[in-house]
This record gives sequence, C-alpha cells and structure tokens, in this order.
Amino acid sequence: MAEAETIDAEKTREARADLDAEFDDAPTGGFRLPGFATGIAKSALALAFTFLGLLLITFLIGRVIPIDPVLATLGERASTEQVERAREALGLNEPLYIQFGIYVWDVLHGDFGKSLMTSNPVIVDIARVFPATLELATIATVFGVLFGIPAGVLGAVNQGRWPDQVIRFVGLLGYSMPVFWLGLIGLLVFYGILGWVGGPGRLDATYEMMMEFDMTPVTGSILIDSAMAGAWDIFWNAISHIILPAAVLGYYSLAYISRMTRSFMLEQLSQEYITTARVKGAPEWRVVWIHALGNVLVPLITVIALSYATLLEGSVLTETVFAWPGIGLYITNALFNADMNAVLGGTVVVGATFIALNLFSDWLYKYADPRARK
Amino acid sequence: MSASTPRTGLRAWLTTDTPGSRRHAQAVQAYVRWRALSRNTLAMVGLAIIVGLLLMAAFAPQLATYDPIAQNLADRLLPPLSAGHWLGTDELGRDIWSRIVYGSRITLYIVVLVAVTAPLFGLIIGTAAGYFGGWVDTVLMRLTDIFLAFPRLILALAFVAALGPGIGNAVLAIALTAWPPYARVARAETLTVRQSDYISAIRLQGAGPGRVIFGHIMPMCTSSVIIRVTLDMAGIILTAAGLGFLGLGAQPPLPEWGLMIASGRKFLLDQWWVATMPGLAIFIVSLGFNLLGDGLRDVLDPRSAGK
Repeated sequence: MAEAETIDAEKTREARADLDAEFDDAPTGGFRLPGFATGIAKSALALAFTFLGLLLITFLIGRVIPIDPVLATLGERASTEQVERAREALGLNEPLYIQFGIYVWDVLHGDFGKSLMTSNPVIVDIARVFPATLELATIATVFGVLFGIPAGVLGAVNQGRWPDQVIRFVGLLGYSMPVFWLGLIGLLVFYGILGWVGGPGRLDATYEMMMEFDMTPVTGSILIDSAMAGAWDIFWNAISHIILPAAVLGYYSLAYISRMTRSFMLEQLSQEYITTARVKGAPEWRVVWIHALGNVLVPLITVIALSYATLLEGSVLTETVFAWPGIGLYITNALFNADMNAVLGGTVVVGATFIALNLFSDWLYKYADPRARK
Repeated sequence: MSASTPRTGLRAWLTTDTPGSRRHAQAVQAYVRWRALSRNTLAMVGLAIIVGLLLMAAFAPQLATYDPIAQNLADRLLPPLSAGHWLGTDELGRDIWSRIVYGSRITLYIVVLVAVTAPLFGLIIGTAAGYFGGWVDTVLMRLTDIFLAFPRLILALAFVAALGPGIGNAVLAIALTAWPPYARVARAETLTVRQSDYISAIRLQGAGPGRVIFGHIMPMCTSSVIIRVTLDMAGIILTAAGLGFLGLGAQPPLPEWGLMIASGRKFLLDQWWVATMPGLAIFIVSLGFNLLGDGLRDVLDPRSAGK
C-alpha cells in the first residue's frame, strides 16, 4: 500500500506537470474547445493503447499456463479427432497474432469464455459479483474522505506540533499493517469479543435467504436495493456486516488522503491570498476551512479517485478475510480451481476499471480547475 | 573541549569544508546526511528494527528455542507465556516464536531478491529508453505505463496463477510487477546526463551503446534508484505476505509469516495468538522500513527537507 501511495503521488505530480505544459502551449485568447477535444482524443488513444497492452499481458499469461484448454474442456478420454476439432474451433491452430486478434475481438464483445467453476459465462459471473466490491470500496472511500480530509487539514495547521506527529504516525501505522491481518484482528475484537458488528459475508444467513427469495436485485448493492424496497431490517443487517471491512479498507484510504491533503494544504497556506484574508480580519477557521481548503479540493478529487481505484485492488485480500462475495474473492477462488478464464476475465475487468479511473481522475484534474476554463 | 581548538582526527576529516578528493567529498556528504538522519528519532527506531531483523535472521539457530517445523501434538495450541513457549504454539504444536525467528530468513530472502532484480530490470529499461530516445523510448515507456496502470497485486496473482505457487515464483511475480517505477526514475536521470560532454567524449572514443549505458549512465542512476528501493521495501514485504496468506507464496511447512496467519485464521476466535503473532512480526518489520524510508526521504530529498 505504501508503494501504491508513492506511485500515485508521482502520478498526481505528473498530471500536474502535464497540466502546466498544456497551459504553456495553450493559444492565448479565444477558442479553448479544440484543445479540449484534442485532450479527449489523446486520452482516448492512451486508453486504447493501455487496454490493448493489458489484454496482451493477460493473453501471454494465459499462454504460459501449463493447463491445456482442450484437455480442460473435453477431458482426458477424447479421441484424437475430437481434440483436433476442438483445437480448430478454439482457434489454437492459428498463428499467435491471429489468436491474439480473436482474443481481443472476443473481449471487446464481452466474451471471456466460460468459467469452469460455475459453468456460467465469465462475464455473467463478474456482473453478479462486481456490485459487492463496488459497494465495499465506495463505503470505504466515504470513510477515508470523512476522516482523512479533516485529519490532513489538522496536520497542516499544526505542522510539526503533536497533532501533526500523531496523525502522521497513525498514517504510517496504516501503511505498515498487512490489510488481511488488520481485518482478522478487527473480526476477533469487534465480532468475536465485543459482538458489535456482523461476521463475515454480506448478510446473516436468515437475511440472505430473505434477500434471495423476496427481493429482485435492481442495482446489486444490498444497501440500495433493501432501502428502496423499504426492508430496513435487511438494510441494518447489511450495514452491520459492511462496517468492519469498509473501515479496514478505509483506513488505508484515510492514510493516503490525509497525507496528500496535508501537503496540498501546506502549499496553499503559504500563499499570499491567505495572508491577505488574515489581514482583512477573516476568522482563522474561515481562512483554513473555506479559503485554503476550497483551493485544495480540485487536486483532492484526483487523489480520491486514485485511492478509490487502489481500493478495488486492496479488496482482494479484504474480501478473502471477510468472505465478501466480490470480484477479489471470485478471482482467488478461481485461482485455486485452475479456472483460468475466470482469473483472466476478472483481471481484465479490474485492470480496465483501474485504467478508466486513473484516466478519469487525470481528466477531472485538468477540467475541474476553473483556471482551465477561461 | 572548547570551540576554539582546531578539531583533529576523523571527525575533522569528515566535517571539513575543503575536501581533498572526490572520495573525501563523498565521505563528508555521507557523514552530514548521517548526522541529519540520526537526529530523526523515528528513523533511528526504524533502523533499529531493521538491524534487529538482520540479527534475528543471522542468529536464527541460536535464538530459536525449538525446531521450527518439529511437530508436537501433545503441546498443540498452547497460549502465550506457557512453559517453554512464550508466544504459544500453533495447531501442530510448533513453537510460534521459533517459527517467527526462522520466518525472518524467508522474509529477508524475498525482499532482497526482489530488491535486487526489480530495480536492475527497471534500470535497464529506463536507461535504454532514455539513451536511445525515439521509437525505442516510446515503446518502452508505453510498456512501463501499461504495467503502472495495472493493479499490482492482481497482476502478481495472475502471474503466480500461470507459474504455479512457491517462493521463487512469488519473487518473480513481485519483481515483474515492481520494476516500472524504477524505469521511470532511471529514464529521468538518463535524460539529464545523456547530452553531457563526458558522454560525448566516450562516444567519440568509439564506445558502443552497451558500454555507454552500462559503464557510464547506469552508475549515475543508481543513487536515486536506491532511495526508491528503501521506500518500496515495506510494500514488497506486504505483497509477499499477502501472496503467502492466499497460499500462493511459500508452501507449508515453511514458517513464512503470511502463511502462518492463514493457518491461524481457522482458530482466530478461540486461539487468537496463532494468527496475531506473525502479523505483529510483519507489521513491526514493515513499520521499520517505512520509518527509515520516511527519514531517508527527508534527508535525501532537498524539497521535503526544507519543509
């Protein structure tokens, strides 16, 4: 996680460097739209390239694997003829680059093949499990934002004094703890000993049945679905189950967001307009929470989007610990069943989401800033 | 000793304003940085933890009280502070303290291997991209971006899935996902020295690209890469432990810390110590690397040092 933070920080910095370069090149006066459009075209091209690279990597991983796809589908007793026909049907007799082309074509049509585990098409499985991950990552990000931003502001205002040190140390603790271990300890204390929260899974078994039989899934998010149906007992049970994994995951997002908020705030607080505001007699809380924080919010959007993307990744271990039926658990289960279609399909979906969020945050940064709109 | 007496000996040699040679200047700089670092209490705590880890790994046979894989079913799941087992025993009656002590060797083994291979690979890619420029640069940097855009743990999982579980493959998977930041750093450094006179001089003497890159550009990049490695250590430890926890890294009966947590998971609610103790070990070691890395960054990065 610490690693992810430094890379992300780097990315933010780079995004800002790109931004500066763009301003230098921007034609003075008049028309802004062409630049805007080129920006989108450029991002689209970058997205396409990165996505193609992602597919190439998963394709190559799929090729290295010693499991023979023909053997996996037909079993060991198939005759030579059957094997040959299957090889033909799967396109395994074509040269590698054509096979790669077929793979890209299939993926673009949402076809990742069938899962051996569930014998559903992989894309159907993923559509089923992805909302659970999204729900968890969203609540965790909300947690990280609600606590991380105030913590970062407090750290910046008290720079070098004990609140700053405490916040910094708490953040470092977060970076150093294995997420699966923190989850287990959380389960032990808050579920096992104190009994304050629900155990592993998204719901208690009884509610799980009610959910299954009485409700038609609309969004796939139990919280939203049950609230819309007015089933508040299910809603509160789901809350008691999500709160712990979301807090564990949110701790990492808190550590990252508070660190970035602190450094952005320090930058703003040393600006002249802050001095001006103080000289004019604005109360200190207003200077900090309105003037300075207002200017920090734009780069913070980028940080939040990046941490959201990282949480999707961090959820693999968290989901395993909390038996949370999301995409992370799906991928790991598929791993142990040598279900390569499911592993690679899941990898592609998570990778694509990650890439899209990264790009989205870059884009947000460039265009959410009012200075970019003149 | 009064301030007016001229200082002599090693300390004077290390703090002089007028170094006599390049090596002397480097020694002076290293000493000044060490002084700055040693004033940072948290960084020193981190250093102490890492030295402790090294000592633990070196003297594992002396520190361990039992054989780390010897089973004794009569003594299974003893709580901490039982006679002879001060951290308790696991489900097969193995002494947890001894397993943690021997586990430090596995952790070090993984960290050192990744910390040697990933930066080297990144250095080669980055310097080649920066030195040749043009389409080589475009292709290599695109590749780097693709790997950077990929969630690391998921990529490592997919690699391990393809290669099969085991320590060696876990190291390979982590290294394959860890190199891109180093390539970035190395490329940036290469771009700054590529046009220098000394590089032109070497090329005019007839040195080929290989010689220029390996002999004259890479040494210029190593210091910034080394800083980066220290900052990455904790991340490597956590990823390795995560792979171990999922059962994709070290295999039983090896006393790998992540694996120990995974096996203790079954007894979490009744025998909490089995999963808690190895987790504490991972936590302390990666905290040590984080504290030291943070302090080092303050000392070596002039921008953050000023703050």
